[in-house]
Amino acid sequence: MTALQDTGVHAGRAAVWSALGTVRDPELDEPLTELGFVARCEVSEAGHAVIRLRLPTYFCAPNFAFLMVADAYDAVAGVPGLTGLDIRLDDHFASDVINRGVAARQGFVASFEGEAVDELDTLRGDFVRKAVLAGTDRVCRTLAGTGLDPASLTLGQVPPGPDLERLRARRRELGLPAEDGDPLLLDPATGAAVAPADAKRHLAFARLTRTSMEANSGVCRGMLRARYSLTSDEEGTG
Amino acid sequence: MYEKDGEKYFVVDAHTHFWDASPDNWVKGQEEYAKGWIECFHAYQGLGPKETHWPIDRFQKYSEELMMHDLFEVGHVDTAIFQPTNLRQWYKNGFNTTEADGALAEKHPGKFLVNTTFDPREGDAGMRAFEERVKRYGCKGVKLYTAEWYGDSRGWSLKDPEAARYLEKCEELGVKNVHVHKGPTIWPLDKDAFDVSDVDYVATNFQGLNFIVEHVGLPRIEDFCFMATQERNVYAGLAVVVGGLMHARPKFFAKVMGELMFWLGEDKLIFGADYAIWEPKWQVEGFVDWNMPGDEELSDFPPLTVDQKKKILGLNAARLYDIDVPKELQLAAPESVEPVGVPNS
Repeated sequence: MTALQDTGVHAGRAAVWSALGTVRDPELDEPLTELGFVARCEVSEAGHAVIRLRLPTYFCAPNFAFLMVADAYDAVAGVPGLTGLDIRLDDHFASDVINRGVAARQGFVASFEGEAVDELDTLRGDFVRKAVLAGTDRVCRTLAGTGLDPASLTLGQVPPGPDLERLRARRRELGLPAEDGDPLLLDPATGAAVAPADAKRHLAFARLTRTSMEANSGVCRGMLRARYSLTSDEEGTG
Repeated sequence: MYEKDGEKYFVVDAHTHFWDASPDNWVKGQEEYAKGWIECFHAYQGLGPKETHWPIDRFQKYSEELMMHDLFEVGHVDTAIFQPTNLRQWYKNGFNTTEADGALAEKHPGKFLVNTTFDPREGDAGMRAFEERVKRYGCKGVKLYTAEWYGDSRGWSLKDPEAARYLEKCEELGVKNVHVHKGPTIWPLDKDAFDVSDVDYVATNFQGLNFIVEHVGLPRIEDFCFMATQERNVYAGLAVVVGGLMHARPKFFAKVMGELMFWLGEDKLIFGADYAIWEPKWQVEGFVDWNMPGDEELSDFPPLTVDQKKKILGLNAARLYDIDVPKELQLAAPESVEPVGVPNS
């Protein structure tokens, strides 16, 4: 990646790329930039940004696609100094509808008139709850061999690290307790602490949820690679 | 039959197709969808070993000879089960119809079982045609694609009252195996497109039917497993698990197999190669050779036994479909085994 020099007059590519890095595939809980979903990201000297997004298949569910394009628009539009923003999803059966809807700042229902009856907040919430479960497994795995029992720990008693911070961030998105004194294990739907007797089942389900998300991410990365004849470097996965 | 290290495996490919997605079969005005669909499938093939990748023109339409060769001459398959998907909105003669499958099956007696499909939106006429197909082809199963487009409708749900009428008809006709496609899909637009709650609903209501969730609900295996632990008549179709993960993502293949064994157990997993997305040869050979790696991360999961692999590759499907298995390919002392799971407290 060769970032344009940020002159202070307009936003550079690095700033736009960084904004895109905050946008996640809602289902995979990973940034678009790492998944390889950003096909093109350019910023002109005058501060006009051109962004093209791509997905693993022509038939990726349009609700997820809409969320990602709309989120990318919001994230990049917030970069100071931009004079213009042209952001589009390519090669998707609903590209035109999604691109028009996002550019017009319409919601999902208005964009897919007659085919959709609900905005996507519920769907997004379901995915973040899954991300909390998957994140719980990630944190609890780091406790193996420490003698610490996840069932009785608070967040503050867990060794610090990026997995813990990510879990806190996802919990905060849902308005769930995320401070040091709050329990490590909680029901992401209700926010209630998990009773010690239920901990084993909760952890097994957290493990399963993480496996599912990561396996799905693997399929998506493989499909994207096959679709665009990418090498693993170009996937953006490093 | 596949033999390795003195062990003989009876192989049922429980998910196979004979499709025509060539441009000649595209509906005028729907070319974009017809093309997009088959290219999407073709990208899935990219997850298999490189030497098994086909050029797109062969993939759009392959010959009977090639299919017989890939499945039965080199693919180790004893019995293959056709799973149709009509998609008549996009393909003039349908994408993969019961009729096309049935014609091939009748030319090769003893090789195939023909499943059909139904669509509750087709009403009484659809019901009559469904019954005729079942009788004509001796169907013991259906493949349901709830995301199929039909006029303005972008799909249907097993919870729809009309669907219940068809499921009652299935019970009446002895069509006891209901395969439901729960995988990457395009509808409904504003709901969770991979929601398996409709399977949960009908599995409870129709205890005499078996529900095989194809592609294990990927990308939502967690919802699927959780549901399957509560319904004794729910099974996992492994098509995308073996074809899509075993070669391309071996670490996640191990984890997913571990989870499926943990939550569903060895009697509920059903192998399917999903031809022509993937050929069975490398999948059967690879699965027999595979075992749970001795990785710390996978320490929750025990290795698979030979008997467990025999069940998954064919004996489980043979049980559901009453397929005769030669004596020497049966298990010496078959037993049904409860999954490990985690009991409700």
